[in-house]
Amino acid sequence: MTFDEAQGYVVLATLIAPLAAMLILFFVPGEQKTAVRYISLFFATLMLGASVYIFVAYQFEGPAFSVEGHGIQMEFKRAWVENTAFLGPGGITLRLGVDGISALLVLLTGVVAFAGTLVSWKLDYRTKDFFLLFWMLVAGVYGTFFSLDLFFWFFFYELAVVPLYLLIGVWGSTRKEYGAMKLTLMLVGGSALVWIGIFAVFNEAGLGTFDMPTLWAAGANGTLSPEFQKTFFPFMVIGCGVLAALWPLHTWSPDGHMSAPTAVSMVHAGVLMKLGAFGIIRLGIQLMPDGADYWMPALMVLGTVGAVYGAVAALTQRDFKLISGYSSVSHMGYVLMGLATMNSIGITGAVLQMFSHGVMTALVFLLIGALYDQAHTRDLKDFGGIGKVMPMWVVFYSIAGLANVGLPALSGFTAEFHIFVGTFKTYPLFGGLAIFAAALAAAYMLRMFAIVFFGPFNPRWSSLKDMTPHEYMAGALLIGSMVVMGVWWAPFTDRVAATVTLLPGMTS
Amino acid sequence: MERDYTLFIPEFIAAGGAVLVLAAELIYPKVRKDYLAYFTAAVALAWGISALFYIGNTVGNFQGVIQTDNFTTFFRLLGSGIVFVVALLSAQYMNRRTKTAGEYYGLLLLAGIGMVYMAAARELITAYIALELLSFSLYVLVGYLTKDNLSTEASLKYILLGAFSSAMFLYGMSLVYGITGTTYYDGIGAALADRSGDTDTAAVVGFMLILAGVGFKVSAAPFHMWAPDAYEGAPLPITAFLSTASKAAGFALILRLFTGPLAANADDWKWAIAALAAITMTAGNLIAIQQKNLKRLVAYSSIGQVGYMLVVIAAIGYGDRDTAQNASTGLLLHMVGYVCSTLALFTALTAYYNRTGKDTIAGLRGMAETQPFLATIVTVSLFSFAGLPFFAGFTTKLFMFQGSVTDGLLWLVALAVANSFVSLYYYLMVLRQVYLFDPEPGMSRFSVGPVLWVTGAALTLGVIFIGVYPGPVFEGAERATDPLFGVGVDAVDHAAMDHSH
Repeated sequence: MTFDEAQGYVVLATLIAPLAAMLILFFVPGEQKTAVRYISLFFATLMLGASVYIFVAYQFEGPAFSVEGHGIQMEFKRAWVENTAFLGPGGITLRLGVDGISALLVLLTGVVAFAGTLVSWKLDYRTKDFFLLFWMLVAGVYGTFFSLDLFFWFFFYELAVVPLYLLIGVWGSTRKEYGAMKLTLMLVGGSALVWIGIFAVFNEAGLGTFDMPTLWAAGANGTLSPEFQKTFFPFMVIGCGVLAALWPLHTWSPDGHMSAPTAVSMVHAGVLMKLGAFGIIRLGIQLMPDGADYWMPALMVLGTVGAVYGAVAALTQRDFKLISGYSSVSHMGYVLMGLATMNSIGITGAVLQMFSHGVMTALVFLLIGALYDQAHTRDLKDFGGIGKVMPMWVVFYSIAGLANVGLPALSGFTAEFHIFVGTFKTYPLFGGLAIFAAALAAAYMLRMFAIVFFGPFNPRWSSLKDMTPHEYMAGALLIGSMVVMGVWWAPFTDRVAATVTLLPGMTS
Repeated sequence: MERDYTLFIPEFIAAGGAVLVLAAELIYPKVRKDYLAYFTAAVALAWGISALFYIGNTVGNFQGVIQTDNFTTFFRLLGSGIVFVVALLSAQYMNRRTKTAGEYYGLLLLAGIGMVYMAAARELITAYIALELLSFSLYVLVGYLTKDNLSTEASLKYILLGAFSSAMFLYGMSLVYGITGTTYYDGIGAALADRSGDTDTAAVVGFMLILAGVGFKVSAAPFHMWAPDAYEGAPLPITAFLSTASKAAGFALILRLFTGPLAANADDWKWAIAALAAITMTAGNLIAIQQKNLKRLVAYSSIGQVGYMLVVIAAIGYGDRDTAQNASTGLLLHMVGYVCSTLALFTALTAYYNRTGKDTIAGLRGMAETQPFLATIVTVSLFSFAGLPFFAGFTTKLFMFQGSVTDGLLWLVALAVANSFVSLYYYLMVLRQVYLFDPEPGMSRFSVGPVLWVTGAALTLGVIFIGVYPGPVFEGAERATDPLFGVGVDAVDHAAMDHSH
């Protein structure tokens, strides 16, 4: 067994870990809540360790980085179903691996899932069921990032959506039934479009395989004709775009985030929305380069509208979670703009932004949860002078807010800088609008700071306590990730850029 | 032609079991009714095991009317499996509700036999008799709860509409016989291929009547009106049987008929089946949204499922031979997943009904608190119906639709995917009751008996297995469709198949 093959088992183990956690939790009696928490923490630690390893061990230069292999490393491959009916040799393989893009997103998943586990420590209502569904969500996310087979890719992509209805409906707050149903239906509706696209691609390619690199080759060499790609690119990109909060299909995002419990908001806004953007890379840019070439200007328009619209909407909200929900729409708009530039710096920025927004928004939802659990309200107008009773909470929130605004030395700056440069290269006008949206971000963040942190102290809140130790740990981990990427971004940009330059149709 | 009675050994076992069940109650009227159920299950098990000896049998042909090829074996295994589970479900349920159960279990076995011969028949009259064996057994079974007005009403409706549809089927058959002069599938295929043009109208009318007849049996819209009433009135285990065995049997008959003798005339019927599929899935799913009663919801949802399955039959008409086999293979795979999911759902509902007497959607409220295990089974099966991953429905639908995609039929597949999306809404409305509400006051946690517990767990594992690792069943399904498309049969049959195509 070569070293790379051995590393393939690390990837496999990372995918199996959440599934194993589910299996074990299934047999733990529901009353043993402490056991449930520690089992979950054990697996979360395992996943975090493995995710860090996968990110660090990814080789972005030297002999291990194969240009022909799309930069994919640490492969695990096992035949699943083949030579039956429409499936030819290698029809469906359990093919896992990472490239520079997914390596970063895997790291993000590990960090956010670990933080989410810590934050859910005090969750006391049907704890076992919660963690069972939570690990199902995480398994879906990991699986999507790892899968290099279209069948399994879509399998895990859908799997990530399955538990959301129950997670939000049972453990959520504020119009939870409405939010849960709306979110589930919109996301599944999006994947229905992807599903149709997959049928069409498999049929058009006529290769009898779901293997992604093989299909990418078919997209590049014209087996999937340019007309076909132009027709079906929107299916894939709008389908995935729903999950990435593509305007005007973003409406599930504020409602869903408002209703979701803390850990689910964290994973959902932090990681799950990135699956959509990741899907646009995998099924859009890589699978249908001609379609991407044709449609990307449209995506640029929608992404910019989303970025500006989200920021403007956030400016007028009174609910903490709605502000973060709309701010997510705005930041995902940047991601889509970055992807639409079709130049390597813009797309690198988009991927960095996925990571940056992931950790930042996870921190924000963590902090909102910490406040809401005590205050049972999220209305800005109810608060004032919170800095007096929850000083550390305010510090953490300020850091998250500043990253949101794109302050240098935090991850948001690194990512947005790349996106803006990339956008100016191809679409100068939209670059200007993006910077306008970033200015609006400063406005809505500072407005919130002013009302909540400072302002006259409301004595109603004198009994509020600062964050719990678990929340400290989770918050510190997330802030650490933001600072590392903000200060020492080379390890991040190198890995991502090396892979991004291999994407088809890329200008420098 | 030789008469090889050994081909029927599995059904001899089943029919013998049916006679014994009837006799047992006549001789010992006080016999415990659940023992009869377990005996029936044991017979079904023996029936299924004996069917295994026919795997790979390609020459087993009884006078050209019955073929015990892999296709038949597939439906033997499926049919005996369904009878096995339904018998187990009935044990406790029927024990409380009837004084005589011998006929019930006897008819259950006979209905299973009818299903197998609908799959095995290669001659129209034989197919019709098998269809009627299944139908008549079900007429009685649906109305078995004689003290329950709903059950009696359901049975009456089912008989009237069923008789009407049988008449249409017979009329269609007679037209085809009039054109071709034979009732044998091989002969029909050959005669249809080189008939003169002046029989065109008669042929099309004949196909449409046959289609309407079997459309009734599988409850395709607009011939579905009987299904919700029959499902609602029938005893719960029989509702399970109706939504699995009778649909599987209908599709077995359709597959034999439309891939073989009628394949050459695909242009005459393919548009009708595509339209039927589109109407059926859309109507089923849209009407299901409004249902309050769980059995009626399942009825409409299964009508939606029939619509998805009809996509395959349309693909057989529109596609080439490879597409036809791929789509049929997908259909058989989907059938297995659908049967497992449906039986798992009904296992949970029966266990719940036995304890609580509730079978409305609102009656499930708080199930996650009172019986988390049953709630898990309900969730798994409903998610499987909705086509979510980890569960059979995702994989089997994906394979079935992928197999059915041909250039002219992508719109129908897209419509099916859209319908599948709509269906998620009403499945979530059921799960909403299960998980989001506290149980009604006075409802406390209860346990499930070992038989239903093990049955439910096994079926749930089956649903997950097919969803995650469909390979073995998919390969089995392909072997089962081989004889329909003349793959791996001997030279003589090959010639006949080629001729019919």
